[in-house]
Amino acid sequence: MSTAKNWQTICHKQDLVKNSGVCALLQEQQLAIFLTSDDQVYSITNWDPAGKANVLYRGIIGDSEGEIFVASPLYKERFSLTTGKCLDDEQLSVISYQTRIQDNQVQVFF
Amino acid sequence: MDLNAQPQSISKQQIVVVGNGMVGHHFVEQLSQYEDYQITVLSAEPRLAYDRVHLSEYFSGKTESDLALITAEQYQTLGVNFHLDAKVSHIDKRAKTVTTEQGQSYSYDKLILATGSYPFVPPIPGKERPHCLVYRTIDDLEQIKASAAQGTVGVVVGGGLLGLEAANALKELGLETHVVEFAPQLMGVQLDSTGGQLLKRKIEALGVTVHTEKATQQIVDGKQCVHRMEFADGSYLETDLILFSAGIRPYDNLAREFDLTVGERGGIVINNQCQTSEQDIYAIGECALWNNFIFGLVAPGYSMAKVAAAHIHGESDSFTGADMSTKLKLMGVEVGSIGDAHAKTPGAQCFTYQNDRDLIYKKIVVSQDGKNLLGAVLVGDTSEYDSLLQYALNGIELPEDPDALILPSSGEKPSLGVDALPDSATICSCLNVTKGDIINAIDNGDTDLAEIKASTKASSGCGGCAALLKTVADSEFAKRGLEVKKDICSHFAYSRTELFHIIKAEKIRNFDTLIEKHGQGIGCEICKPAVASILASIWNDYILQSDHLPLQDTNDVYLGNMQKDGTYSIVPRMPGGEITPDKLIVIGEVAKAYNLYTKITGGQRIDLFGARVDQLPDIWEKLIAAGMETGHAYGKSLRTVKSCVGSTWCRYGVQDSMSMAIFLENRYKGLRTPHKVKFAVSGCTRECAEAQSKDIGVIATENGWNLYVSGNGGMKPRHADLFATDLDDTTLVKYIDRYLMFYVRMADRLQRTSVWLESLEGGLEYAQKVVIDDHLGINDELEKQMAAVVDSYQCEWKTTIESPEQLKRFRQFVNSEKSDPSIQFVNEREQIRPATITEKAAAGLLIDTVTISDSQQVTEVNPA
Repeated sequence: MSTAKNWQTICHKQDLVKNSGVCALLQEQQLAIFLTSDDQVYSITNWDPAGKANVLYRGIIGDSEGEIFVASPLYKERFSLTTGKCLDDEQLSVISYQTRIQDNQVQVFF
Repeated sequence: MDLNAQPQSISKQQIVVVGNGMVGHHFVEQLSQYEDYQITVLSAEPRLAYDRVHLSEYFSGKTESDLALITAEQYQTLGVNFHLDAKVSHIDKRAKTVTTEQGQSYSYDKLILATGSYPFVPPIPGKERPHCLVYRTIDDLEQIKASAAQGTVGVVVGGGLLGLEAANALKELGLETHVVEFAPQLMGVQLDSTGGQLLKRKIEALGVTVHTEKATQQIVDGKQCVHRMEFADGSYLETDLILFSAGIRPYDNLAREFDLTVGERGGIVINNQCQTSEQDIYAIGECALWNNFIFGLVAPGYSMAKVAAAHIHGESDSFTGADMSTKLKLMGVEVGSIGDAHAKTPGAQCFTYQNDRDLIYKKIVVSQDGKNLLGAVLVGDTSEYDSLLQYALNGIELPEDPDALILPSSGEKPSLGVDALPDSATICSCLNVTKGDIINAIDNGDTDLAEIKASTKASSGCGGCAALLKTVADSEFAKRGLEVKKDICSHFAYSRTELFHIIKAEKIRNFDTLIEKHGQGIGCEICKPAVASILASIWNDYILQSDHLPLQDTNDVYLGNMQKDGTYSIVPRMPGGEITPDKLIVIGEVAKAYNLYTKITGGQRIDLFGARVDQLPDIWEKLIAAGMETGHAYGKSLRTVKSCVGSTWCRYGVQDSMSMAIFLENRYKGLRTPHKVKFAVSGCTRECAEAQSKDIGVIATENGWNLYVSGNGGMKPRHADLFATDLDDTTLVKYIDRYLMFYVRMADRLQRTSVWLESLEGGLEYAQKVVIDDHLGINDELEKQMAAVVDSYQCEWKTTIESPEQLKRFRQFVNSEKSDPSIQFVNEREQIRPATITEKAAAGLLIDTVTISDSQQVTEVNPA
């Protein structure tokens, strides 16, 4: 990836579903984007490195000792939405992206 | 039984209940557990039964629906007819009919008068003036509220228990509040004079002025306020609002007019079975006079309701009076009164403790020989009430120095260990639950307080016994060396069973409310689906409504089973495995159009694999258009009822297993359970449906059906247990209703019926006692709950495709119409299968190239 990163507008805030995720396509990359009840947005890659499928946006959001995560719908590995690290297996991780809501638009620093 | 129709009986006894107060309603609850009666409720009030005991909380924020004891829908579910604003004005004892003021007539086989009582208003000139009110019904409260809004001063006439409640209400409404009592003391029935004096001081300290020994002569126009109350001693008091609370009188006018025996000072005379002088007419609650006594408390009324219902049902039970001891909190002041508070028993000795600094007064009344407690008065501190009551009710011998029981705990206080209580000791007097009942419940598998409450109903009335109940339960648990902790996850310090009871008892309808009140954090993948399942078992709302959606596992979110490559499978319901050629053709056409892999499942259904998320709605639209519905193959719910063809086609079949399988599948479809559940029905003992390997197995016999339970077991296969034999259709269904709902209530998260039965203390035998013998008295409730689920069934796919909002979720990308390119299939045996990782990599389709260093790079950037 040689191009400079920038804030990319993905969709309208209303396209997100509170306390769950949607999937976005950005330069042929799949991103799982989550909106929590305190109006925070998070993005990680959609690829589940344990289950080997593009499914992370369909997981359940939760918290563990204050760390917010998504549990993969395939085998339930939990990935931190802030760091992308897997809470159950140090070997695994996904990329987490800076994400924000600007004028009701969901933007990812990508 | 005609399996396609609801059973109807035309010969039900007609039961008409006049009055829908707490007691009338309790009667309906008691009797509606039997199916042999058609109950009709006639209520003079414009609303169904509500909690009058907690009426004053209406002013501190409780709403009408908080106080309601029942809803119209619940009565409908129970099959109870009811009419509001239907005041009965006529009884024809010969024709056995009652007629309302509106002219509607109802015939009865048995008539129950539960008309209650009305507030007594002393004959004071001026009592009819505006803003002179009583305190009895929700309508009264509305009037009081409206009236209070126009004034600043309020007076309650009557310093009894209800009068002080009413005074509290006026205070809550922000009025300067006075209590006017004719007698020299407050609460003259329950307290002695010292206790009454002390109570007066405590209440005055809270800003309510108490006037004792005041006889109101007349009420006239006031100078500063609306009214002036003139007293016999020449003094007066000005006020804007007057509430009369000078005792109650039984509503016995129907009895008087239509010639039932009434007491000299009112009240419909009843015998020990609550029958009036007319054997088909019963009277219960505050309108009834038993042994020349009217019971103005709800607990004795409940006992009467129970006795009357049992008697109508041909069981012997009798009302033998009730203990009138009370413990309450009036404006934050604790007051307790037990038995012979006034020491009227000959030879009684009194022991008192008085503390003027903290305004505490305690008295015990002890028998002449010093061995038994006859009564007690407690003001300002009722902490000893529970144990004193046990001494009094159970005749437990007092310690040598009984006064130690009420002295402050500076020294050694002889505490009444709950172990000293006999098994016959009543712990919950509202519902008449004894210590023995609680021990039984624990012996029969209850492992925590919530379960004991659920199975014994203890503490579900006024709740006053909660502390004692806990002590008894804790002591019994300790004796058994039990410390059962089954927290579901770090977000809730409760087991699934406990959460079930909390949600049901508090009528909680979504996860947010539950976690806010009883949990911490935002939840996780363990508790969210578990709670979603409980909510669905109890309320059966559409599981994808916006507050439930984020709780569901992906299978429920997309109403399909997620497969290893992220695609879903599709299973239309085929009750009993039966399907018409037309539907079969549509399934084939759909499979062909979307190139889906097709297979017959282990449960005799057709499974279509390989559908992408974005294809699901289209596929289901076609299946639904052909008359099919979701098979719930994705849910922790009833999956399938496998069957053979039974007596219809088979040479050996002895019963119509096909019809039964279809009936059962349709009955329980959509029921959310702790784990998935499968049934099977075999038409003879050759057992072609393999029913003994299912959660619920049914095998036909010459005489009916044998019921097997808790087979399957998943990873650890389990042969089902024979539960009951030679059942007729109706009984079979009834037992399955109860067994399944009992499991739904009690099982742990994701616990199969097999594991659940094995973990149930007492095992199969206990389950049989509960389901067949109604050992816990909860069958009626279990059946009702099942009926509610059955009645609220919906095809979730139908609801989903009809909602544009829901359909948005099925787009693969929020910002693109493309589909996931990593989903790839290869052909095998003329159908598709997911491409393996190697096959995908060879095609350059894998995106699995992310490394940890990439991740760190990105998170280090801080554009803000």
